[in-house]
Amino acid sequence: MLLKKLSEASGVASRENEVREIIRDDISDHVEDIYTDVMGNLIACRSTEKSGPVTMLTAHMDEVGLMITNIRKDGLLDFMKVGGIDKRILVSKVVNVGSDGIKGVIGSKAIHLQKKSERKKPIDIDNLYIDIGATSRSEAKKVVNAGDTAVFESGFEKLDNDMVLGKAFDDRTGCALLTEAAKIEPRVPTYYVFTVQEEVGLRGARQAAYSIDPDISIVVEGTTAADVPDNEEHRYSTSVGEGPALTIRDRSLISSRPLLQLLIETAERGNIPYQFRRTTAGGNDAGVIHLTREGIPSAVISVPCRYIHSPVAMMDLNDYNSSADLLKKFISETIEEGKLNK
Amino acid sequence: MIEMLEKLTGGFGPAGEESIVKEIVKSELEEHSDEMWEDKLGNLVIQRKGGDSELKIMLAAHIDEIGLMITHIEEEGFLRFTPVGGVKKKNVPHKSFVFSDGIKGTVGVEDLDNDDKLKFEKMYMDIGAEDKEEAEKLVSVGDTAVYARNFVNAGGRIIANSLDDRAGCAALVKLMQGLKESPHDLYCVFTVQEEVGCRGAKTAAYDINPDIALAVDVTATGDTPESRPREMTLGEGAAIKVMDRGSISHPQIKNLLEKLAKDAGIEYQFEVLEFGATDAHSMQLTRGGVPSGTLSIPCRYIHTPHEMIDGNDLTSTVELLEEFVSCEEISEI
Repeated sequence: MLLKKLSEASGVASRENEVREIIRDDISDHVEDIYTDVMGNLIACRSTEKSGPVTMLTAHMDEVGLMITNIRKDGLLDFMKVGGIDKRILVSKVVNVGSDGIKGVIGSKAIHLQKKSERKKPIDIDNLYIDIGATSRSEAKKVVNAGDTAVFESGFEKLDNDMVLGKAFDDRTGCALLTEAAKIEPRVPTYYVFTVQEEVGLRGARQAAYSIDPDISIVVEGTTAADVPDNEEHRYSTSVGEGPALTIRDRSLISSRPLLQLLIETAERGNIPYQFRRTTAGGNDAGVIHLTREGIPSAVISVPCRYIHSPVAMMDLNDYNSSADLLKKFISETIEEGKLNK
Repeated sequence: MIEMLEKLTGGFGPAGEESIVKEIVKSELEEHSDEMWEDKLGNLVIQRKGGDSELKIMLAAHIDEIGLMITHIEEEGFLRFTPVGGVKKKNVPHKSFVFSDGIKGTVGVEDLDNDDKLKFEKMYMDIGAEDKEEAEKLVSVGDTAVYARNFVNAGGRIIANSLDDRAGCAALVKLMQGLKESPHDLYCVFTVQEEVGCRGAKTAAYDINPDIALAVDVTATGDTPESRPREMTLGEGAAIKVMDRGSISHPQIKNLLEKLAKDAGIEYQFEVLEFGATDAHSMQLTRGGVPSGTLSIPCRYIHTPHEMIDGNDLTSTVELLEEFVSCEEISEI
């Protein structure tokens, strides 16, 4: 399953190579052209000779992770976060460092050595380190270096029902959905854009949108689902199992109404379940894409994921499949020449 | 102009849903434009072709306003919401709100131990529905409400919702209606999505690619009891912005506005604002950079349902705009 391969691949912002190669291998035979741009975005296209609105589909390849900032005398590694990670979830997690995936564990002072005040709050990054089992700086330096990135070691797994567990569903889910979409014939000129550096500030998508200059854009994301105990229903944002979530507004985007309406119609015609994203928090590549050049009408399809940005997120394969149906139906059937044109 | 301002503030127009206000502007300016179009993000552009000068001037006033988006409908028919734009939570409880189709609601708050715990999550909107089923007939998740419309002419001072920035829109409409001829090409842009981050002006400025840009917006005053110290005073004229958090006005634009005001005997004041931003922020940073500034209308109680401006300041603003877009010196910037 491609989603498994993508989820298990390592790809912190700026180190998306592994993910890029998986995608390239998977879709090269299905697309007209495929190339990597200056920023590292992987761009493929199909049906460029057709008429109709040039459509850009986007998913980001990078995931949240860590970067080594210093190697201590005793061989332990200091690190910083790359992208938004809750520091409470770091301690005692197994990580893979660098392109060779050197295994290590995030360590901290044992509980009996902690002051009473320290036990009451999450451990600060400064008091955590990655331990790769090296006993000295010189030994550690043989396999890692400052600037190496680290990701959580986390195997993809399907539970007995249709739930899957794994890391980096934000946004390998979108990457997997886009690769599926790339295998069917779109009705209009379509660009499949796998962006870099989303988690550090939507940096890759800006250049891609500028150079492609599409007429419309759809971002495909793994988004947060907060349908968990201790949260009131009105703060769920999205709910697992209720289908793809469509964005009306988030922190960085107000979706194009005509485009959103077309997505809704597509879902309803195909009996595909959907929900709205019920929060204005959060943002994604669409935030910069829609403000590129003279403006690009944009919308977002998100797959709800619990425990996002953590070592193990949970997603419902039914939501994944419904999202795939919606996206494919949209680019192969609904999108009509002229209707969303410049 | 006051009647037109009342019409404009009466229009429903949260960020992203500005079409009603656009229609009002269109009907006012149909006869006063050479060309009129909506761009891809929804900005309404009114073009007036100039004479010999090759200069392109872009004026921007935003037509959107802040609001509340419904995120959830409870079994009992209460609506939960999230802010759209810079809504202050203390300004929301027990205020009236209205949806695009006229459905009204009032905002209630859960019982809290103390006011410090006030959060949007603790508030709800009550539209009088008896249960979820009834509420869903009236309102859907994703719908947006704005402050209920109200307009008071209090002896020359106007108290109304959304004077931010329908006052600026009124100034631009009035300018266009009265403007006979200008040597320069004029693009009057009624921008969308300013309240969520000056978004419309960004793409409009890219599209138009102007030589000079000026935003027309409201600014806070320092003339109320125990206010933070601020120069701006209601009734003392159009405010020429020097800077805010989003932009520093191009010095030559600021100086030109001052000179034009002095020469024509138009009341003006300078504005320095420690927070906030206007469309000038976006326009200034577009493409290779656009010399930009802002002309402001002093306004009390911004982002509440009862904002207040002085009619004379609005008049001064229109007069100064007229001087600005028709003067020769602007070509030297």
